[in-house]
Amino acid sequence: MGGDPIFRWSWVTENSDQILTQLWEHVQLTVIAIVVGLLISLPVAIYVQRHRRVLPPVVGFTGMLYTIPSIALFAFLQAYTGLSFWTAEIGLVSYTLLILIRNIVAGLNAVPTDVKDAALGMGYSRRQLLWRVELPLALPVIVAGIRIATVTIIGLITVTALIGLGGFGHFILTGFRSFSSDASTMMLAGGLFSVALAVFADVVLIGTEKLLAPWAQKGAGRAMAT
Amino acid sequence: MAQTMISLNSVTKRFGNSAETAVNALSMEVNQGETVVLVGPSGCGKTTTMKMINRLVEPTSGTITVDGTDVLEQDPVRLRRNIGYVIQSIGLLPHRTVAENIGTVPHLEGWDKKRIDQRTEELASVLELDPALLKRYPSELSGGQRQRVGVARALAADPPVMLMDEPFGAVDPIVRERLQDQFLDIQESLKKTIVFVTHDIDEAIKMADRIAILNRGGIIEQYAPPEEILREPANDFVKQFVGAERGLKRLALINVSDIEVEEGPVVSSSTTADDARKIMEEFGQDWTAVVDDGELRGWVNSAALEGKEVVGEAETRKFSAYVTARNTLRNALDSIVTSRTQVAVVVDKQERYRGILTLERVSKEIIS
Amino acid sequence: MGAEGRGKGDGNVNVLADTFAWFTDPANYSGANSIPLRVMEHVQLSAQPVFLAALLALPVGLYVGHKRRFEFAAISVGNIGRAVPSFGLIAFLFVPTFAWPGVLGYWAVFIAMTLLAIPPILINTSVGIRSVDRDTVEAARGMGMSEWDVLLRIEVPLAVPLIVAGLKTASVQVIATATLGAITSIGGLGRFIIDGMAAGRDDIVLGGAILVALLAILTEVTFSLLEGVLSPRTSSGHRRWFRRTDSESGPPDTQTGPAGLGVA
Repeated sequence: MGGDPIFRWSWVTENSDQILTQLWEHVQLTVIAIVVGLLISLPVAIYVQRHRRVLPPVVGFTGMLYTIPSIALFAFLQAYTGLSFWTAEIGLVSYTLLILIRNIVAGLNAVPTDVKDAALGMGYSRRQLLWRVELPLALPVIVAGIRIATVTIIGLITVTALIGLGGFGHFILTGFRSFSSDASTMMLAGGLFSVALAVFADVVLIGTEKLLAPWAQKGAGRAMAT
Repeated sequence: MAQTMISLNSVTKRFGNSAETAVNALSMEVNQGETVVLVGPSGCGKTTTMKMINRLVEPTSGTITVDGTDVLEQDPVRLRRNIGYVIQSIGLLPHRTVAENIGTVPHLEGWDKKRIDQRTEELASVLELDPALLKRYPSELSGGQRQRVGVARALAADPPVMLMDEPFGAVDPIVRERLQDQFLDIQESLKKTIVFVTHDIDEAIKMADRIAILNRGGIIEQYAPPEEILREPANDFVKQFVGAERGLKRLALINVSDIEVEEGPVVSSSTTADDARKIMEEFGQDWTAVVDDGELRGWVNSAALEGKEVVGEAETRKFSAYVTARNTLRNALDSIVTSRTQVAVVVDKQERYRGILTLERVSKEIIS
Repeated sequence: MGAEGRGKGDGNVNVLADTFAWFTDPANYSGANSIPLRVMEHVQLSAQPVFLAALLALPVGLYVGHKRRFEFAAISVGNIGRAVPSFGLIAFLFVPTFAWPGVLGYWAVFIAMTLLAIPPILINTSVGIRSVDRDTVEAARGMGMSEWDVLLRIEVPLAVPLIVAGLKTASVQVIATATLGAITSIGGLGRFIIDGMAAGRDDIVLGGAILVALLAILTEVTFSLLEGVLSPRTSSGHRRWFRRTDSESGPPDTQTGPAGLGVA
């Protein structure tokens, strides 16, 4: 292996099809995990924020899920759900829960009380208050959580190569197991593409936040100024 | 005959399980078009009382009626849409433009866009808000501007009743005075029923038709027009709360235009020095005003007339301050005390001489 | 090695029963592949990188936090750390280091673990120091304390909870990376998982996964308790237990949450 190049650029062009396939798999896994994670986390977080007592057990449970090393979690799941998309997704979604719930709760807590007081006083119903005032104002913190979750998940997905998926992790695993001169290229490609995807996702999310919350960029203080 | 708009009947509020009551069997009535100010020290329950009217706080017992209907029988959300609500920190929605903020309740009520826009522009001009601000976000506005947006927002759906909790508290005194004046002007034309909470007795005196002085537990110590409270405080608590200088505070309630000014010593430039001295003696003053064709030149005293034949030859000094019909007797008193002539000179809008106010004349208004 | 292997997803109850059998089989408590040995290996594997990372990251974190400079660089380090997949890092490092002395792949895993442990420690230390109330620091300087005194007597003690949280995150991260590192030839609990998967032995896989999970959770809990114990007392004398929740909902760039920031 001594004389092999660390990275052969032509490999990328030669395998562009495969790369796109893996990209698609990686993106799919990411998007589904985040969307499902949000669908679970949002109602849970809203509930938790209202009923403070439930917070420690919820944080405790989701925290425990988060602490379990992903390979252990995937390994555990595959004994029940096999080497499938679902195994990966259940595991990935579990990792998003702590981050998302924590950030949604923090975001909701950060909404200034006098804004809520004024809104209720004017005649917003509780539901209108949540959807038209609290959630929009919590958006920056929530998006920050989505960003962290997304970047984390993108990295975790590479591990799923060990259960038959992997996205870009597929290249890492293949490279690791191969003795060809392209081993290094493949591993590096897998890792770099994964990082690139994470950076890209982060930028897209930042842009989305700017679009959804234009008020947060203006004025001396951030959105929470009164 | 004054019609009751808001009535509170033996309203009590207890928080949680504590035996202590924040508000204890409070009863009072507010007439239509009246501005009632609730004042009192911290913890007297004034804000709690106000918040029970629009059910942001639910009374533990007692009834509250607004415009004839028991508030507990109404849907709180609907109730609040019909009551304007302004709080000290205003609580503008940071994620909405100023225009959207003002139009909050109309929007919730389903007004069409054109009507909302019209109303918003109307209110902006009434509150003297630069139309360019309408597209901005609250974080870009100054404190005084935000307060005005808050008031505009409360007025948007034209509610008959307004609740205001220290609405002018968060700005500096100069801005506050302007806001108070502006609000008084608006209230003159709109004649809303207003319940106003403040801890500042001077603000209460200025803004109220009637003041309710509250003690701990929401006990009403006195509920009367400001003049009466100053003249006849019901007890020591009220006396102490109103503070010292009640006399001066009462003077602040009387305008110069409300009383008759006295004639003072007046000469013209062509008057001889001797005649001038006679006039001064007549009025028992050491000075005389110099008025030519209605125009006020200033004043001269005997020292200045020394060795002169005619008033015009002497050096006329300008009066240091004037009061007009719009000023209060308190301003007049300040003028009296600080001027060399020891009187307040009253002029009209065109700065033409009207007369003087002496210390005795002003005191007469208080001593009865 | 005991009972016959079961295939994947072959019925939950059976797998659990098999796993239980594996745990209770005394044969698995002696020899080269024994449970206690692997646990020990795993702990040893994980402890060293954490120490090394702390040695490297703590001083830098203290400096960045105290001087309040290079904050953007520190945050970037954190973000990169989060984005880099540890799997890729191990695999990539394997090639240049496979000839180095010791177990095949050890160095790759070791370097990967160290690198991945640095960001949480760095970020948390710098944020922790930076968050110390400026007035307190200023008062200390005003009293005549030297910069070292300010750092060591004021800032560090107040930043300890966050620093410990950073060590906690790093430790759990490293435990996870060590598990993954079993794709090389190193020891540790990952061996059960990787070898089990290769042999189709779900009971071993599950056993390994449970052990790793327990180890990680135990580490997390221990550090959290330590964090709580070392938390500054509030004026009422009570320790702020909710510091834990506070630090977890801290600014998004504070890596105080448990585990796998970055990856497995």
